[in-house]
Order: sequence, then C-alpha cells, then structure tokens
Amino acid sequence: MSDKNMEKDAITGVETTGHEWDGIKELNNPAPRWWLIVLLISIIWAVGYWVVYPAWPTLSGDGERGGTKGSYGWTQYQQLKESQAEIVARKAAYLDRFNNADFDQIKADPELYAFAVAGGTSAFKDNCATCHGTGGSGSAGYPNLLDDDWLWGGDVDTIHETIRVGVRFTHDESRISEMPAFGGMLSEDEIGHIADYVLSFTGEAYDGPGKALYEDQCAACHADNGTGGRDFGAPNLADAIWFYGNSKGDIMSQIRRPKHGVMPAWEHRLDESTIRQLAIYVHSLGGGEN
Amino acid sequence: MLNKHSVLEKNSILMLIFTVITISIGGIIEIVPLFRMETTIEPVKGVRPYTPLELAGYNIYLREGCYNCHSQQIRPLRDEVERYGHYSLAAESMYDHPFQWGSKRTGPDLARVGGKYSDLWHVQHMVRPQDVVPESIMPGYAHMANRGADIQNIGKDMEALRMVGVPYTDEQIANAYRDAITQATNDGEGLDGLIERYGDKVNARDFDGNSNTTELDALIAYLQVLGTMAELKDYQHDGEKRSGQ
Repeated sequence: MSDKNMEKDAITGVETTGHEWDGIKELNNPAPRWWLIVLLISIIWAVGYWVVYPAWPTLSGDGERGGTKGSYGWTQYQQLKESQAEIVARKAAYLDRFNNADFDQIKADPELYAFAVAGGTSAFKDNCATCHGTGGSGSAGYPNLLDDDWLWGGDVDTIHETIRVGVRFTHDESRISEMPAFGGMLSEDEIGHIADYVLSFTGEAYDGPGKALYEDQCAACHADNGTGGRDFGAPNLADAIWFYGNSKGDIMSQIRRPKHGVMPAWEHRLDESTIRQLAIYVHSLGGGEN
Repeated sequence: MLNKHSVLEKNSILMLIFTVITISIGGIIEIVPLFRMETTIEPVKGVRPYTPLELAGYNIYLREGCYNCHSQQIRPLRDEVERYGHYSLAAESMYDHPFQWGSKRTGPDLARVGGKYSDLWHVQHMVRPQDVVPESIMPGYAHMANRGADIQNIGKDMEALRMVGVPYTDEQIANAYRDAITQATNDGEGLDGLIERYGDKVNARDFDGNSNTTELDALIAYLQVLGTMAELKDYQHDGEKRSGQ
C-alpha cells in the first residue's frame, strides 16, 4: 500500500504494511525479483505448452481424447507404439529366425536357444511364478517344473500345447480330465486299502485287498503298475513325487473327493512367440524330455 | 496496481464475488468436458454391467479397501503393457461407481487379473496369500470363506447404479438374487436366464469349492471378470476421430 501516511521503518527505510503485533511491524517488501521472473516465465511456458501439446478440452470433442491436438502431434499412444517398436527392433535380429525355426532347430542353435530361454525367463516371472513359484518348484497342487515327473508330457511340443490351451480351463481345446470322487462309491475301508496299495509302489511290499480294488477302479487311468497315463493327465503313482501330499490320509482324501487343478490357457493372453519361449524355458529347467 | 489488493481484502462482498469468479473458471474447465463424456469413452465391444454376484464382489473389494494397495489401471507405458497386457480403456471402468483405478501399487495391478489364475489359487491366496506366494506381504482374508455374500438386496444396489447411468434392465434387477445364486453354483436351472441377461461369456461355477454362496464366491467372480470383457482384439486406437459413435 502506498498511502501517504504509511509509516517507514527507520532502520531499513522500507514501508510497513500498517500491521502491528506486540510492537513488531510488518515490512512491505515486494516478492523477490527472481521469483517474479520465474513465475512470468512459467506462464509463458504454459502458453507454449498449450500450443504444442494436447491440452485444452474442446466442446466439439474432436481431437485427441476430446481436446486440442497440439501442433507437435504427440499422443501417449504414439509414444507407446514407438517405445514398443524399439523392443521389437532390438529383438528383430533373433525374432524372425526364432519364429521360423522349429523347436529342434532352436535347440541346435545356441544363439537362438539363449534368446528363447532369456525371453521365457522374464515371461515366466510375470505370468507363471505366482503359482509355480519363482524358481519353478511349485507347491501342493501346483506342479513342480524342475523334476522329470510330467502330468501331460515333458517334451517341448507337449509343454507348448499345455501352456497354450491350459488345463480344465475355458479354452475350447483345453486339456480336460476328471478323476471321479470315490467317496460315495467305495467304503472308507476300501479307500484305505487302495491308499495302502498305492503307497506300496514306492514303499514296502503290500499284500492285501487293495491290489484287486486298485486294478478294478484305478488301473484304467493310472496303469496296473501305477505309472499313470499322460493321455488323461493321470499322475504317476509309482514315483516318490506327490502332487497333493504323500501320507495315507492325503491319498485317501484325494480318492474320496479329488482336487482338480486348473491352469489358465495363455493363447489369448500371450503371443505365440512368447508361449514358445516359455515352452523352451520350462523344458530347460531340468526335467525336459526329448 | 499490485498494491490494490487491499481493496478486495477489506470488502467482504467484493472478495466473495471475485472468489466465485475465480473458482468458476477452474470449475468450468474441469466440468464442461464431462458434459461430453461420450467423447472420452472409446467405443469397444463387450463391456457390460457387472452381474449381481460380481457386483457383490465389487462391494467387498471396496469394503476391504483393496484399492489401497491395488490399482486397476494399466497405463500406456511400455513396461506396464509388457507386464499386464493391453492398456486400460475408459470403457472398461465406465460401469464402476466409483471407479477403482487406484493410485498405489503395493500389490500388482489387477485391471487384467481375470482368467490369469485358477479359482482354487484365488481361494488359497485370499485365505493365506503366503501359501501360494511366499514373498507376499498381503494380509489374509480367511473370514470371507465362511461369510455369506450380501446378495439378498443386491437388486437395490443395481437400482441405485441405474440412477447414475448403469443400464441395468428391470428384468436384470428382478432376477438379481436368483442370478447371483446361479452364477455361484452353476446349478444349470437358472443358467439360461443368466446367459440371456449377461451374455454367454459369463463365468458361472462354484468359485470357492464350497456350495454356499460366500463372500469369497462373490469376490473371485469379480476378480475373474476383471479386464476380460472388452474385445481388445478388435480395438484400434484412433486418436483423431472415433468412428461408430
């Protein structure tokens, strides 16, 4: 304020605002000059920004997201496209060859194989690790991918197919199988006998009623010697690898009311190249078959 | 001129008038584009209002504050698209009131979590997340496994949503309770009606493996549909003019 009767501070020679608290008076200093200049530059900058970038909404709703387009033509979608094109260009050295080679050719070419394993590793962490574990070791109900025990088969083509269509999923070609619940069909004693017999495949010899029951009820899918059947994803019972637990109680519970795992199909979520890289990666984890 | 502000500051009526003018300018710039909402929602096929069971799940999602740690918005950035899939479209959350975009990602984005994991995985994960993801810091929500889903009055929720623009039909509202039960049990009887009202892509099954319709059924039904409605294969971003409006 520049009222004539405004008091000047004796020491600094600056006007006071006339506000006084307990004898302390407020000086009417202007905002620092550098601050004012920055403010003005910012305003000018903003005007330039409005012209160059999409900024103002328009009533007509034309242009990018219903606003002005900006002279520079920038859009976040264009930016995304360009940054994705950059990865594609970087991968291009391998990707064309990879997409045109079959699995045998890829395995024979160390460079392509390394490319596939690297791509598969990163896709695995984003999509598969949540169930199969970061290292692929699985957990109860989620198969361990590091061992050589495969439910549906462990060669690259079969692994690829399993990833593509999933297991008991809504995909039209999904792998489907369903073990019946024997809870109502067999007595508890009979279920116990079968569990004993199943345990005998990997444990002590067993001679009891379980063998005949097993051959009647289970052998059609799990085979007489318990080695399972990959055509229907029937687990091998004759190895010491267990899917839902290895105690007699676990096995009885699975006979009574089996759990059926579900794996999503990845065909419509990941592209074909990524699925092939994943198949090679999973195959490389240790248990891959030829 | 710089010193004239004292005139405003000492006259409350004048101060009020200028405050209203200033705020109005900001307000108009924010509000007017919303009168042309249709220009910000891109046309994409497949997005439908939630089924009653999914809506009950959405309500649980809100109640438990899932949005505090999970976003539902894949931004058009390379790393997000690489990890989560196609960037989110406005159309995909147009029936969410309020939308669940979120702003914090202590956990992963959930915009496209539908169909990514099995129902059993979700059950185990909700009961005790560390059972399936040992490094997870998410708390468990085991209580949902035993509590009945709040579907008795879900039709009222649908009526309220209709008032704010979600196109639920009278028939959908009238059959809300029955549809919720059908979707959570897949009992076959009401399935035709459910499909007729919500399309043949609707997931109808016993989500939690427990024949009661629990909160877990509702929440998993909701999670399993997230990001799966829009037919992104047919979607082409066109920054200039959007056709088909």
